[in-house]
Amino acid sequence: MLVEYLPILLFIAAAALFAGGSILLSSLAGPWRPFAEKLEPYECGMAPVGMARERFSVKFYLVAMLFIIFDIEIIFLFPWAVIFKELGWFGFFEMGGFVLVLVLGLAYVWRKGGLEWDEPERAAVDGESRTVPTEQRAGTGFR
Amino acid sequence: MSVTGTQLDWGGMAPFLLLTATALGTLLLDLFLSPRHRVRLAYLGLTGLLITMALLVHGFGGQERVVAEMLIVDDFSRFFHLVFLLIAALTILVSVKSVEQEGTHQGEYYTLVLFATLGMMVMASAADLIMVFLGLEALSIPLYILSGFLRGDVRSNESALKYLLLGAFASAFLLYGIAFLYGAVGSTRLKSIAAHLGHGAAWENPLVFLGVGLLLVGLAFKVAAVPFHMWLPDVYEGAPTPVTAFMIAGTKAAAFSALLRVFGTALSPLPPEWIPPLWVVALLTMGVGNIAALTQQSIKRMLAYSSIAHAGYLLVAVVAGTSRGFSSILFYLVVYAFMNLGAFAVIIALARQGEESPTLSSYAGLGFRHPVLAFSMAVFMFSLAGLPPTGGFMGKFYIFSAAVEADYVGLVIIAVVCSLISVFFYLRVVVVMYMEEPREGHSSPVLSPAILVTLFLATAAILQLGLLPAGVWDLAVRSVQSFWG
Repeated sequence: MLVEYLPILLFIAAAALFAGGSILLSSLAGPWRPFAEKLEPYECGMAPVGMARERFSVKFYLVAMLFIIFDIEIIFLFPWAVIFKELGWFGFFEMGGFVLVLVLGLAYVWRKGGLEWDEPERAAVDGESRTVPTEQRAGTGFR
Repeated sequence: MSVTGTQLDWGGMAPFLLLTATALGTLLLDLFLSPRHRVRLAYLGLTGLLITMALLVHGFGGQERVVAEMLIVDDFSRFFHLVFLLIAALTILVSVKSVEQEGTHQGEYYTLVLFATLGMMVMASAADLIMVFLGLEALSIPLYILSGFLRGDVRSNESALKYLLLGAFASAFLLYGIAFLYGAVGSTRLKSIAAHLGHGAAWENPLVFLGVGLLLVGLAFKVAAVPFHMWLPDVYEGAPTPVTAFMIAGTKAAAFSALLRVFGTALSPLPPEWIPPLWVVALLTMGVGNIAALTQQSIKRMLAYSSIAHAGYLLVAVVAGTSRGFSSILFYLVVYAFMNLGAFAVIIALARQGEESPTLSSYAGLGFRHPVLAFSMAVFMFSLAGLPPTGGFMGKFYIFSAAVEADYVGLVIIAVVCSLISVFFYLRVVVVMYMEEPREGHSSPVLSPAILVTLFLATAAILQLGLLPAGVWDLAVRSVQSFWG
């Protein structure tokens, strides 16, 4: 059974050999005359500003989370769409329920200001103050 | 193969769907209410919980329903569902005022409590190990968020992070165990596992040994049995007090419901060589919980350790492994929910301006300052210590008598000794309340109606369960019979 995969293994071996061999050969036989521009990450275009390891906004994380959720929704929708006719109305309503829950989530994020890029502190809906001083917070029974 | 709606048991799913709808309703309504009116979300949540409870009470004694071979709705799960819904309702009652005063994210609070309750219900109804896992996650993830609900508070953040990390560990153990069992048996259905393991030879398989072992470790993490209890005191102390109350009563009941499902269906009959490890775990859990609770100054931390000790008593009944033992667990969890939620209602009512965590000394003279609070706190402490005429006494009585019947006299003697040790730290609270002078600057708090209702319900229930336990006990016995003859 595994024999069927032998050509693939051979192909991988050949590819590795070719790639590794080329690199080895070029480093052995190729000329090596470095100068400042040549050592830049990109030889053309804008000159890089600062280091690549910078702090960036936590909002990217929220966007990434939302992306994953809807990405997975699509993954579920694909097989459903393929056998949509066989599933009939039952399948339609089942998927409707699934999508509805996600839409509710999206409505929640939207309304709470999770999609706002410019105003970092303000929730869209209300005047919820997020930075209550500790003295005021204590005594609510939460602590 | 065609799938149609008629194959699904919608009636069986009704309680789950209703609670889901309630949770989503609170989430959605939160978006359109101004902050001042968000108390209504609590009422919406309570209404949803009460309707679901009514549905379950109505269905009690009905036939067993199986939804897609994944969820079982029998009397056992109905009993647990009622307990969970009750815990959630009391939690909402005790937290209304705190959440309102706290002011931020009111809607999320109730939504998360409701979703966690849904997870508990799934655990109690699980017919498949995958559902046990799914329910556990649906329970744990909202709790990770809830325990870190005070975002500006370091302790709350610490609590959430510790809970998340160790909870993830526990889930990994559980999943790994499920994977091994699946490898050995070829199914994750509890009934198929039982059919395969039934004839003793299958237990010799090292995969089964590993699988069952890891599964038990995962569940032991969740019930916080020693030596898997390390996370509990810090998490329970750091979390917001109403959330601690919810976790202490709710997660314990949910974890035991799943434990009983797994033990009663998949691993039944358990080979005798698996008993000694459980015996030792029960012993350690009782011992460590009670002895560690002796030295605590913070009431929350003391109750956290006491919850470990109570898990130990419940494990004694698991070791007994009889139908009577299982019934006693169900009975005890009801009492346990009431006494803990009651005690936490008192703690919440007494929470004072600028105090980190309520210490024992802040209860000094409470008997003179606030007789109602002090009396109900005394009832809860007597019940936790297991003294008559409270429900705690009857609960321990049922557990210990079941264990004696199953010939575990040694373990029962140890349990009684541990229980005696616990009398010290529970009654110390009563002593401080009634025999010490009030300190300067301790005002008598004004009780909100919700707290008063909770206190009344909890006190009445504990006294009722202590004086007339037969009704609930019969229900517990019938519930266990419904899935385990």
